[in-house]
Amino acid sequence: MNKTWLIIKREYWTRVKKKTFLITTLFLPILVAGLIALVSYLAAKSEQKQFIIIQDESGFFINKVDSTDEFYTTIYSQPNINESKKDFLERNNADILVRIFPFKNNQPDSVIIYKEGGVSLSAKSFISNELDKIYQVKQMQDAGINMIQIDSINNSTMGIKSYDLENNKETSSEIAMAMGYGMGFLMYIIIFIYGAGVMRGVMEEKTNRIAEVIISSVKPFQLMMGKILGIGLVGLTQFIIWLSLMGFMFLISLIVSPEMNAAMHSPVLQNPEMQEEALKQMNGEFNPMIQTLLHQNWGFIIGAFLFYFLGGYFIYAAMFAAVGSLVNEDPQEAQQLTLPVSLPIIFGIIILQATIKDPNSPLAVFGSLFPLTSPIVMLGRIPYGVPTWQIISSMLLLMGGFVLMTWISAKIYRTGILMYGKKPTFKEIIKWVKNS
Amino acid sequence: MLQLNHLVKTYATQKAVDDISFSVKKGCIFGLLGPNGAGKSSLLRMVTGITMPDSGDIIFNNEPFVLSKHSELIGYMPEERGLYKKMKINEQAMYLAQLKGLSKSEAHAKINYWFKRLNMQNWENKKVEDLSKGMSQKLQFVLTVVHDPKLLILDEPFSGLDPLNSEIIKNEIFELAKNGSTIIFSTHRMEQVEEICEEIILINKGKSILQGDVKSIKEQFKLNHYKLEINNDLIGYDQHIVSKNGNEYILHFNNQHEVNAVLNYCIQQEIKITSFQEILPSLNEIFISQVEGSAARQFSNN
Repeated sequence: MNKTWLIIKREYWTRVKKKTFLITTLFLPILVAGLIALVSYLAAKSEQKQFIIIQDESGFFINKVDSTDEFYTTIYSQPNINESKKDFLERNNADILVRIFPFKNNQPDSVIIYKEGGVSLSAKSFISNELDKIYQVKQMQDAGINMIQIDSINNSTMGIKSYDLENNKETSSEIAMAMGYGMGFLMYIIIFIYGAGVMRGVMEEKTNRIAEVIISSVKPFQLMMGKILGIGLVGLTQFIIWLSLMGFMFLISLIVSPEMNAAMHSPVLQNPEMQEEALKQMNGEFNPMIQTLLHQNWGFIIGAFLFYFLGGYFIYAAMFAAVGSLVNEDPQEAQQLTLPVSLPIIFGIIILQATIKDPNSPLAVFGSLFPLTSPIVMLGRIPYGVPTWQIISSMLLLMGGFVLMTWISAKIYRTGILMYGKKPTFKEIIKWVKNS
Repeated sequence: MLQLNHLVKTYATQKAVDDISFSVKKGCIFGLLGPNGAGKSSLLRMVTGITMPDSGDIIFNNEPFVLSKHSELIGYMPEERGLYKKMKINEQAMYLAQLKGLSKSEAHAKINYWFKRLNMQNWENKKVEDLSKGMSQKLQFVLTVVHDPKLLILDEPFSGLDPLNSEIIKNEIFELAKNGSTIIFSTHRMEQVEEICEEIILINKGKSILQGDVKSIKEQFKLNHYKLEINNDLIGYDQHIVSKNGNEYILHFNNQHEVNAVLNYCIQQEIKITSFQEILPSLNEIFISQVEGSAARQFSNN
């Protein structure tokens, strides 16, 4: 055991001391944040304000279209005689021309939208929504409904809320979905990054031929487990650093942002009764999100995440180690051999998508029990609430699967790491597992 | 010290090691010879405990060999050298020494001793990828012997070394043997074997074809040829002459009596003898004849 510990230490320290570790740990979050900021900036920038001219020949819609919209400004105008539509738009420096034809028999005839290069879907739906609304109001007026009643009709919505039957608390499906998807996807990335790290480590030892030196001192199993545990610890370290960075940033933002600061120290937050009052006053849509976040059993979620992180990492790391031991020096070989290992991960992600839509479907239940997909799929289900028996059986199956996979992988690894030259066939690999 | 009994190892369809037995005495330098692909590495992997024999057993210090128990007594330098390229030399040395069971302080002291001994002190902070081939070879040797192994297994220890460093390593091997280490030395370079080994085993295609101590093997394979250099013609002994090159004769004698007769003749005729010596076959010649012979035998058997 002492020697396994030496191997773990080496695997851990050689990786953590590397400059690339520091760079990825510190700059990856910055990079991701920057990328998100850039994408949303570009998206916002591409949605420039568009200038719409409404040529209303029905005379019915004039000055009724919403002029406070964020993205569209509207004016009402007519082209000069003999002026082309293009010149008309250019003269007014406008982007879109909406031509509303005169009503026939008090019924709208047709509306045509002109734009150079075609009309975007969002512009079309903005115009269509606005015109429909105005026409609906007109119809209601015609039916003898007064303006006050019409306003009340237009502003009424059914306030749908969702409750969890188990604790009778209000939930937000959006938050549960975001959390489920986020955690499942994180698992997927973790398995790929660190699993591939294990594979590269094994390949390095094999091609450097140091594996032979080391397994004259320790058992191949110790070398394999040392590597898997060492790299797992590197992953945990990186994770803890990221979490602390996030916490630190949050604190900084509290201190730096005067509004936040004021809010934190305002009498409202200091006084629990007033706090409740303030919460009640909050926007009705926002409240369940916070409720869902606050009422998640965070201890359980973090515990489950750690369990599936370790379980998922270990089960795949063992498989990746076996694959690494089969590769000679050809990176292409590695790619081919990785496929059987990557497939279940990809299935996991596909099942995750289905799970988010319907967390209790048979496919989702199967995916959250099957050890090769459960680390991804179960994390997607947890924010929605999962029956206890399923969680327990999923965890037991994952542990069993881990033991079985490690056992098989160790057999492949122990033969593969000493085999040079020809790539072994699948049949031969099965023989190694059976015979040794 | 080490005894191998009827070892067999089969890979897929091929018998890599086919019923090989030999024993090595303590402090002996033992040569394991054979052409490429003869099964040397497979045999050594079993002796180091990296793989298990399919059948047969290995006795180490009068008890069955167990890797977990004996690995710390063995030093193994594989033919294909293996080091972590990106690791610093001293960290690498500490790691491998500790894997062989040395404590941190022991490992430190031993590494210092060997680095000083082989003039490697100023390498410590270098990485393996910065070393030349010869340098990393030297490092690999140090890492093999750093824990004072009782059994040292060296697979082609001189490949890639310049004559100067070869000499240094060779002297270290002799020194280790003198201090009681047993050394198994695998190679296909015969001149080194003749220089270094006391006993050898020659294997080909997984089978032992020759074993024993170097001197008696040479005796066994000698052709009873002698080289005689004189300043005159040798007359009347045509039946002994194998070849003649100026005044240098290669002669064949069946017994000591015939040898003496020729020498007597020279003395009586007052022929000046510049040199006279028995020609012993080099291991190289024996190796080639035996390997070819075994191939031919196998061929005729088929």
